[in-house]
Amino acid sequence: MTTTPTPAAAEQATQPVDDGSLDIARQRFTDAKKAERKLGLLLVAPAVTVMLAVAAYPILYAFWLSLNRADLRRPNDNQFIWFENYVTVLSSPIWWTAFGVTMFITIVSASLELVFGMILAVIMHRTIVGRGLVRTSALVPYSIVTVVAAFSWRFAWTEDLGYLTPSGSAPLTEFWPSIWIIILAEVWKTIPFMALLLMAGLALVPEDLLKAASMDGANAWKRFWAITVPLIKPAILVALLFRTLDAFRVFDNIYILTNGANQTSSVSMVAYSNLIRGLNLGIGSTMAVLIFITTGIIAFIFIKAFGAAAPGADQGGRK
Amino acid sequence: MAEIILDNVVKRYPDGALAVDNFNLDIADGEFIILVGPSGCGKSTTLNMVAGLEDITAGKLIIDGQVVNDKAPKDRDIAMVFQSYALYPHMSVGENMGFPLKLAGVDKGTIQKKVGEAAEMLELTQHLDRKPSNLSGGQRQRVAMGRAIVRQPKAFLMDEPLSNLDAKLRVQMRTQVSRIQKSLGTTTLYVTHDQTEAMTLGDRVVVMRGGIVQQVGSPAYLYAHPVNLFVAGFIGSPSMNFLPGQLRGNGMVTTALGEMELPDRCRQAVERSKSSGNVILGIRPEHFEDASLVPGDKQGATFDAPIDIVEAMGSDVFAYFLMKGEEAHSADLDDLAKDTGNDLHADGVPITARLDAASHVQRGKTARLWYDSSKVAVFDAESGNNLAPGDEDVESSSAGAHRA
Amino acid sequence: MQTETTNRKLMWWGVNVLVLLYAFVPVVWIISLSLKDDATLNDGNYLPVSPSGDNYAAIFTNPEFLRALVNSIGICAIATFIALVFGTMAAYAIARLDFPGKATIIAVSLLISMFPQIALVTPLFKIETALGLFDTWPGLIIPYITFALPLAIYTLSAFFREIPWDLEKAAKMDGATPFQAFRQVITPLAMPGVFTTAILVFIACWNDFLFALSLTSTSAARTVPAAMSYFTGATTFEKPTGPIAAAAVVITIPLVIVVLLFQRRIVAGLTSGAVKG
Repeated sequence: MTTTPTPAAAEQATQPVDDGSLDIARQRFTDAKKAERKLGLLLVAPAVTVMLAVAAYPILYAFWLSLNRADLRRPNDNQFIWFENYVTVLSSPIWWTAFGVTMFITIVSASLELVFGMILAVIMHRTIVGRGLVRTSALVPYSIVTVVAAFSWRFAWTEDLGYLTPSGSAPLTEFWPSIWIIILAEVWKTIPFMALLLMAGLALVPEDLLKAASMDGANAWKRFWAITVPLIKPAILVALLFRTLDAFRVFDNIYILTNGANQTSSVSMVAYSNLIRGLNLGIGSTMAVLIFITTGIIAFIFIKAFGAAAPGADQGGRK
Repeated sequence: MAEIILDNVVKRYPDGALAVDNFNLDIADGEFIILVGPSGCGKSTTLNMVAGLEDITAGKLIIDGQVVNDKAPKDRDIAMVFQSYALYPHMSVGENMGFPLKLAGVDKGTIQKKVGEAAEMLELTQHLDRKPSNLSGGQRQRVAMGRAIVRQPKAFLMDEPLSNLDAKLRVQMRTQVSRIQKSLGTTTLYVTHDQTEAMTLGDRVVVMRGGIVQQVGSPAYLYAHPVNLFVAGFIGSPSMNFLPGQLRGNGMVTTALGEMELPDRCRQAVERSKSSGNVILGIRPEHFEDASLVPGDKQGATFDAPIDIVEAMGSDVFAYFLMKGEEAHSADLDDLAKDTGNDLHADGVPITARLDAASHVQRGKTARLWYDSSKVAVFDAESGNNLAPGDEDVESSSAGAHRA
Repeated sequence: MQTETTNRKLMWWGVNVLVLLYAFVPVVWIISLSLKDDATLNDGNYLPVSPSGDNYAAIFTNPEFLRALVNSIGICAIATFIALVFGTMAAYAIARLDFPGKATIIAVSLLISMFPQIALVTPLFKIETALGLFDTWPGLIIPYITFALPLAIYTLSAFFREIPWDLEKAAKMDGATPFQAFRQVITPLAMPGVFTTAILVFIACWNDFLFALSLTSTSAARTVPAAMSYFTGATTFEKPTGPIAAAAVVITIPLVIVVLLFQRRIVAGLTSGAVKG
């Protein structure tokens, strides 16, 4: 039983109302709602203020800086130069190498995380022994500080020091080995997060549906692809979107593992070098804006292509 | 304890949707009133307006002689039992039941005493220290009742309080609710979509549909004298059988069951109403009988029925069959079908007959059946209204039972 | 039949062992490094031959590290507290009240949570330098709050949403004022959610590296992750492996223990906001 009016009642309501009850309804609505609105706005005000002041304003400021020549080492040269910084960055091979590296890392690690995350999710969901143990230990990589994990991988792959390094080789001094180690570090750290999101999706698949499918003659593999995957598609998309955007920002791991040596810088690393080490705010901000735009494009493609609903979007549910 | 008066109460949502229109009802002190109807008929909205959880758009709500339209729920002194029970999960059973008293600033000793009394009445004494999550469905339901009882409010409002229980427990709790209400004598407004609860619990039943009150009356009266097809079809289980019929000039009517002579009271009403000639006949299942078990002199009509299914219940036999002809159609019946989710189309007129246990009807055989033509209800096919609803003034309504 | 279940159990134990190896090998490795002494540091063994506590003694007498530890704890605790207070208010409003601009707020906070932090580093660097906040506690606390808020709002509003409406209605009918209903019915029920969110937010702050690196220049406000990357050894080019490993263990283990203790709640918190969509 809900309080939603019936079609019949709604139909009548579309007829002109001359008893003024609609006005009264609006009036009462207004009185009650005004108080509610006021309270609502009051409660969100601090959070919104902080978010606007510390995120929205700086973004606009970054955009402004990107249109200026702003080099802290040559403060007298500051001037408005339109899109010159963009021309400089977009014609720079350093930027494009970093962009390529970042894209490669993003795509490969997001794909690997999806595959291994799904495997881990299925294990956590289905294991018949030691379920608590598995679920608990899967949280370990999540709870470790990224920098700590990065150091662990770096030491593991350092010549003489590491248990993983063949003697006489230094993988972190070469391009491709470095890239793969960065991907390894990223994937290791974030599989659990992926797996948890996917497992929550798995838990929503009704057991009866899988039983019905197996009565219909589907084997485990078929059941997974024909029943489970389509049903948890929203969870997959949300997890993938989160992780893609996250991977595109990769910074900590690269900073610790290679510090950008041998052209292994990500876009965030390059921007950081220009900003903090080079103190060239104009160029750095331009890169920041470009990263921001790329992130937006990735999110847009995801939402358009897969129709992923914004997580946490309010569906109401009151009354 | 109090009387509650709803005077032309209207609920209209700001988007213009009309949820309840011109609701009029005088509830006497201590009376048990049932609001019944299909989903979305406005019965819960009405209850929420009485509770103060929803605004009243127009009209007056009077409790104990006072207009309370603009009073907050806490100032109306009425208690409510929710369908979900709404027990506070972080409080023990005792704390749940004592919560309203604690809010009212009652001292601890009194709270303990009152909670103890209510717990005794509901057989919850040994569970007072447990949390709701450790209770069974039936026990939770009783705690919800207990929380309403301890306050000794002016009235109880109950929103489908039994619908989350399984069938057997529901029957048991139904009698329990009835017993508690009678012993406390508290005015009660009870919402349900279950017509059995409506028939068994209420002093009076209000049937609603699309925000509009269809009929108010005692359960027996509604059963015997429904004002229209909707009420006729909603009240009673298994429900009334409906057959399209054609009026002949001489007080005869033709249906899928053959020719039948209208009972006297109907004949006059039909003549007065200048009906187009298209009617729908309503026959309750128990008004059929195996023709071989009916004494020859009893008035009625007989016909041959190709029996489909026979259900022997021990006390009775239910026979299901299809008669050739068109199914009865009207807006009222379509609404009912929508509510029960029945969208099956029969290839004829489906009929349920409740026969004596001694009947020997058999599946797949044709049986000669009899029906009591004096108990047949005649509805206008167009409007769905009962052409001879019965003695209007005797019992049907206290206020505004029919559409204006 | 009997053997089949036994086999399946064995198979699952095998799979479980793989998961355990995956989760613990890098962690045990960093612990083992922290316990190696200078002589055996470079022996390439996975486990230490002769464990020693020298590295721990070294970092706990290192004022830089101790200062960084205090900074980390203080900054993250304050940021978590403020983010929770603001987040709880906003989440309650978003989950329970109807007011204009709600959808915009949800969208904005989603945007911020997906935001490349590097894009904020420049303007914040510039602004904080101008305001004198650069290299101070507030200089890190403020951006931490900002990035923690979306997380807090999502997780908490999911928790608030799970509290049935009927409970608030029942409280109203039982004679509670809106504030009494919030205080005596809603708050106790939301506490587990607030607690879980606190852990998640704290982890997020504790984990930060980019802001700590960019918005500090001395040990005045530098947190442990950033300080670790500045550890210097005997020579400038040589990273002091042992002390770094010990510091890594020190900032990791307490967090891991907390997470493992509240495993169930954290899983619920991490997934609650995300999967409904």
